[in-house]
Amino acid sequence: MKWMILPLALAAAVLATPASAGPREDILATYAAAAKAADGGFAGFDAGRGKAFYAQQFTASAESPSCSSCHTASPLKAGKTRAGKVIDPMAVSVTPDRFTDAAKVEKWFGRNCNTVLGRECTAAEKGDFITYLSGL
Amino acid sequence: MRILLTAACLFAVATVALADGARGVVTDELTKKECSACHMAYPPGFLPARSWEALTGNLKDHFGEDASLAADATTAIRDYLVANAADASGKMRGFPRGIPADQTPLRITELPRFKGEHGRFSDTTMKKVGSLSNCVACHQGAEKGYFEDD
Repeated sequence: MKWMILPLALAAAVLATPASAGPREDILATYAAAAKAADGGFAGFDAGRGKAFYAQQFTASAESPSCSSCHTASPLKAGKTRAGKVIDPMAVSVTPDRFTDAAKVEKWFGRNCNTVLGRECTAAEKGDFITYLSGL
Repeated sequence: MRILLTAACLFAVATVALADGARGVVTDELTKKECSACHMAYPPGFLPARSWEALTGNLKDHFGEDASLAADATTAIRDYLVANAADASGKMRGFPRGIPADQTPLRITELPRFKGEHGRFSDTTMKKVGSLSNCVACHQGAEKGYFEDD
């Protein structure tokens, strides 16, 4: 009987692990923890809020007032930098390695939030943004 | 006569090729990777050292965009650009010739020789190109250092 316990335990462990666990989920988990720490009432990320954030027009930069200024209105399509260079689509369904490198994600949120919003993005904003772009 | 003409043409082409050739490419991998994230990685010889110092010293406001990098990467890129700048030999060479000594241009597109060679474009052309910073829109070999294909 004992010989059955180990395989069963292994199977249970595999089943208990979320099927989608990976670097993107790790990044989201880090932002979720930070969002929770900043706001005790944080109740999870929201794709709808991320969608609104992506399209929102800010006033910090005349040249780059919105995420969509460079990334285009549809995250499924390729964007273009102000200098004319093509940017791969932001949607994970089209560009599967989006949001899988934590350092790269932080680098670009750091730069682009400062440019477009004139401030850092909150952990909640970052998580909503990734959640929106991961579900398209 | 025809032979002479052909020879003259070939000579002219050869002279142009020798005179212009490749105008320089970015050979440093980090510089190429980071600078080309948003635009073509411009050859270090397109600006004098003082311009590269000024640009890499203010990546937080890079023509209105925050292009910040980690301090060690910024230093490595600055060192490469300065070491290979147009005046790295002590004498101004190539594209930036003619810049007044008291000026530190930040845009390659503002260099006297750039302006002289590009003139003005129609609105239709500019709409297609997007920005004069977008060399490859017209110079297909730009990333390999060739700009004479227009």
